[in-house]
Amino acid sequence: MADIHHASFHGFGLGLRAQHYPDFLEGSVPVDFVEVISENFMIDGGRPRHILDRIRERHPIALHGVSMSVGSADGLDQDYLRRLKALADHLDPLFVSDHLCWTGIEGFNSHDLLPLPYTEEALDIVCAAVAQAQDLLERTMLIENPSSYLQFTCDSMTEWQFLDALCERTGCSLLLDINNIFVSATNHGFDPMAYLNGVPADRVRQIHLAGHSQGRDRLIDTHDKPVPPPVWALYDEVCRRIGPVATMIERDDDIPPLPDLLAELDMARAIAADDQRHAA
Amino acid sequence: MTLAALQRDFRNSLIDVPVEMDQWMDKPARAGLAIYHNAYRVQLVDCMRETFEKTLLWLGDDTFTEAARTHIETTPPSGWTLGVYGEGFDRTLARLYPDDPEVTELPWLDWALSRAFEGPDAASLDPAKLVNMDWDNAVLKPVPTFRMGDAHTNAGAIWSALSAGNNPPAAAMLPEPGAMLVWRQDFTPCFRTIDAIERDALGLIDAGESFGALCSNLIDRCGEEGGISLSGTLLGQWISDGLIATIEQKEMPCG
Repeated sequence: MADIHHASFHGFGLGLRAQHYPDFLEGSVPVDFVEVISENFMIDGGRPRHILDRIRERHPIALHGVSMSVGSADGLDQDYLRRLKALADHLDPLFVSDHLCWTGIEGFNSHDLLPLPYTEEALDIVCAAVAQAQDLLERTMLIENPSSYLQFTCDSMTEWQFLDALCERTGCSLLLDINNIFVSATNHGFDPMAYLNGVPADRVRQIHLAGHSQGRDRLIDTHDKPVPPPVWALYDEVCRRIGPVATMIERDDDIPPLPDLLAELDMARAIAADDQRHAA
Repeated sequence: MTLAALQRDFRNSLIDVPVEMDQWMDKPARAGLAIYHNAYRVQLVDCMRETFEKTLLWLGDDTFTEAARTHIETTPPSGWTLGVYGEGFDRTLARLYPDDPEVTELPWLDWALSRAFEGPDAASLDPAKLVNMDWDNAVLKPVPTFRMGDAHTNAGAIWSALSAGNNPPAAAMLPEPGAMLVWRQDFTPCFRTIDAIERDALGLIDAGESFGALCSNLIDRCGEEGGISLSGTLLGQWISDGLIATIEQKEMPCG
């Protein structure tokens, strides 16, 4: 198994997608870690689990979930948690992350990352869920800021204030998605710099970089395009502020050949290295 | 105004249950709500297109999408994993196309193969265990991915042709109903269309009957010589297919 030192890790990685399985199985792909969608491997058996085990022999793995639903008023699904724990115990991942969102209620699951109202009640519910998950998993979780397309009139705090309080109360860390900050800032008209000023920089353990699409009157978090210049600029700013952090390119649709993604990852490496040189 | 109430209303707006959202958001936010409303359906249809790939090819894009949307409206997802969404699509299609039974059997096969793909692993049958076996009391245990579904049509042949990129045969009824047998050998999901005799024989195996009971059943159906011969043929085929995980000895009553 590839050796890892979780606490100090700040390498550069890619999301593992089925199109690139042969590359990862046959060759030496120049990445420091691989991120997988947890739910794709929380299964009983078969080829996907076998492939993941083989890739784990070569690369550290980050588990990134989409279904924990930490913001559901119903609380967490116990079967889900048990399966995630079994997978995490098996892989010894670098990180276990999921999103600040809810996905369903009362037996319904939208399989989408639905927006939360940023209220004290929602904060209590999310804190309780994250604390429960961390207790069961026996790991610190990383919570990712979502893209959103609407805000609720009952909001009593900003998203960054919500995340700051969540980290403070649960000890969880952050997975900062730079594209999501840009998308939500554009959609809701806030300043991304205010967001960066508000989140606790010392809790950021991982960064996602991705692309988006222009919808009719909103930016849509499609992850189907290269990282665009404004997101690179924001990443540059984040690197200057918080120093070296594990970073990965997240591409979920219109998956290009691996060299294209590696070129984007090299761009991230160059930006981070340049910022480190200036900081030194 | 609780989080649960907001989430209930939000869910209802997603699944088109009439609900008043004004208490939760202002008018400009409605455009954002429409994005979630659309994304919910698009994602589920995309998932079904992947799971029911051959059914999609058979029905064509427009017909499939319309049927998938009907399924989504009548069967909202409930499990935590998107991977299991689509269970029961065969029944939705049976309601939509009652005169086209292959349209029911194709999605069943797509679904069963997708489940087998990520089903539990099974250790290979140890050939050493076949030596000195008391076959009369031997109980064959199928691999955990084993399942059977009704076969009244040539859906299996249609699936195979579509999978190979060939023109599929016209839909046709089988001379007599059988079954579609699905399992996974190593990492490869497999299927065979089987006749009524093999279907019933596997039904006995799945029910935990002994190989001796299976032989008796086949002798009743095919006569002494034919029944014994067929028992051996089927056993050889199942072992060679990787359909049998273990063979155990039936416990005999004491006394």
